[in-house]
Amino acid sequence: MTRSLNLLGLSLPAVYRSALLFIIAITSPFFLATPAQAETPTKLYGVVTDSEGAAIPGVGISVVGPDGFSANVSTDEQGLWEVPILSKGGFSATINVDDLPEGQALTDPQKSTVKANVFMLGVDLRLLFPIGPGVAKASLLERSAQLTLDGILLGLVIGLAALGLSLIFGTTGLTNFAHGEILTLAGLLTYYLSAIAGLPVLIAAPLAVILGAFISGYLQDRYLWKPLRRRGTGLIAMLVVSIGFAIFLRYFFLFIFGGDTRQLPQYAGQAGLEFGLVNITPKSILTSTIGVFFLIGATLWLLRTRMGKASRAVADNPALASASGIDVQRVIRAVWILGAALASYAGVIVTLNQGVSFLMGQDMLLLIFAAVTLGGLGTANGAIVGSLIIGLFIQLSTLFIPTELKYVGALIVLILILVIRPQGILGKKERIG
Amino acid sequence: MDFLFITQQTLSATIGVNTIIFALAAIGLNMHFGYTGLLNFGQAGFLAIGAYSVAVPVISFGLPLWVAFLIGIFNSVIFALLLGVPTLRLRADYLAIVTIAAAEIVRQIARSATFNSTLGGSDGITGKFGADFFALNPFKSGLDTPILRFSANDLWVVITGWSLVAFIVFIMWIMVNSPWGRLMRAIREDEDAVRSLGKNVYLYKMQSLIIGGVIGACGGFVYALSRQSVQPDNYGTALTFFAYTVLILGGAARVFSPVIGAMIFWFLIVFIEQILRQGVTNNLIPDWLIGANQVSQIRFMLMGLGLMLLMIYRPQGIFGDKKELALDAKA
Repeated sequence: MTRSLNLLGLSLPAVYRSALLFIIAITSPFFLATPAQAETPTKLYGVVTDSEGAAIPGVGISVVGPDGFSANVSTDEQGLWEVPILSKGGFSATINVDDLPEGQALTDPQKSTVKANVFMLGVDLRLLFPIGPGVAKASLLERSAQLTLDGILLGLVIGLAALGLSLIFGTTGLTNFAHGEILTLAGLLTYYLSAIAGLPVLIAAPLAVILGAFISGYLQDRYLWKPLRRRGTGLIAMLVVSIGFAIFLRYFFLFIFGGDTRQLPQYAGQAGLEFGLVNITPKSILTSTIGVFFLIGATLWLLRTRMGKASRAVADNPALASASGIDVQRVIRAVWILGAALASYAGVIVTLNQGVSFLMGQDMLLLIFAAVTLGGLGTANGAIVGSLIIGLFIQLSTLFIPTELKYVGALIVLILILVIRPQGILGKKERIG
Repeated sequence: MDFLFITQQTLSATIGVNTIIFALAAIGLNMHFGYTGLLNFGQAGFLAIGAYSVAVPVISFGLPLWVAFLIGIFNSVIFALLLGVPTLRLRADYLAIVTIAAAEIVRQIARSATFNSTLGGSDGITGKFGADFFALNPFKSGLDTPILRFSANDLWVVITGWSLVAFIVFIMWIMVNSPWGRLMRAIREDEDAVRSLGKNVYLYKMQSLIIGGVIGACGGFVYALSRQSVQPDNYGTALTFFAYTVLILGGAARVFSPVIGAMIFWFLIVFIEQILRQGVTNNLIPDWLIGANQVSQIRFMLMGLGLMLLMIYRPQGIFGDKKELALDAKA
């Protein structure tokens, strides 16, 4: 429980990705490490690249460590720098910002110094300095436009996951703390299918969504939640069960996958396209468009189909719905599968854009909860509206507050809205008590 | 396998510093959840407030330690008020989400570079802020017996910590057996009935939140003092969840159960970890199954599984009374 080591090292393009990854990095007790030969001395190393991924040579890096250790190096033609070290302890590396070429700067000016704790010799530590186009260069208009786009994209991902959570809550009353793990599972499946099994990502991704819907939706409901409902387990007891399940799954994923963040073999470093004021990658365009269709499809399902209407009836009054001849268990099963499919797709989007780690779902979970609560627990449209608000707020708030505090801003807004409107934006008054 | 070492480690952990911290956190939760039915998922926030309140005034402002304790209690009361005002009128699951968010706000602010100079950023605060406390330590050497092993400082923390736990348990016992305590349980069972008797339920819930929060902050004091350092990432949501596991293990709504729960919890954790570790290092467990670095992951997996099974098959815990606590008064 006392492990806490953070190497904030991220060099990913779009702001929202690095934002999410930032959280992944700060909450992860693990660090990027590559095992080295035991006989070679340990080294700290890194590659300095600009926002397009091109190496930047001649950047000064100074490293200080215990017992007065200090070293100064510069990056070579490949942008590589390394400092051999001989002792364990806390080191810190500082990049000389003045050496960066025109138009390039640290994405977070506060992060010119990166710390590294060396616990074990023989394990090389990679330190990253996230570099992007100089922040000061962009005008307020450009930044606002880009952040708005990033906010909508983030909102979409949250919305996909939140809709599922909200539907499941609506029909079964379960506050599912293991919902984030549905995202992680889909991300891991995408990774395994593409990087290990060798399928193209374009096939692996939809397959992961289908598998995710089956495993996290059908199997999970059938073998975990349905028996619990049968037993008459109470809602708060089920909430605690979901917490236990989330802890179990999270560490199971860590056990099989390890603590690092991994990229998919394809499309990992895709260059962005310029559209007037904003920059967006093709993969973002594709995944978001499909995501929008997914959301529209789910909403139509709820509004138009027999099953969708039945699910709303169950949400409203399960006993009455059952008495009117609706097969409640079947409806709940359908909602679970739909919810898991939506969340799995959200997981695939995150994986495609910023890689997969075992903490991915956990890091999204609070945002998902915030979105659902903001929109009104158990309302489908509320979940989507709440997600967009949370996504936009998180991104746009960085215009005024430090990037690292943007989640704090979003959570404070959640609390404030609950003070003014406890039932959420679209929630019905009767839902509070 | 070195069974003596395993026994020593396990028994020391069972009555050790971590047990005291989790017992205090869970006693606070027992007040919230066990007696009043408040689903507080922000207990880690109270511990963080307690821990930082001990470290920051001493290190950054040079105040004496006893003033820092008072500041810590004051801060946790303020935090409880901040949490309670918007949320105590809401339904249980809203309270859960808001409290978990609030605890996360505390952690992220504490670890942010913006407040690096006073709160220490993501590295937290390490320093001799407990010097006043350890100066009172009468033990010159630690305890080193075949079955128990503590360093001199740990021994002092363990003895004062258990005294604190005993004192708080005594106060809790008096409180919950008073008319006030019965009113709390009535709120847990049926808020509306209590309201119809003309009681201000909101005010009583607030009192419960404050008292449980202050007890949680005391856990934070012990956490910070015992390690002479405060790390923001130790106060994440996992801490709250494990405190709930401790509480449910012992059985909610029983005065002694958080203490027993914490002891069993740490007994199991350290015992399983030591057995697995010895098994791995002595090649009794094959390497492809569990690597040396994966032992703690297995431990957490078992913990999650244990919480699930406990909740499904014995929600009243070891000592709880099923009739007293259905765990669903609010749902």
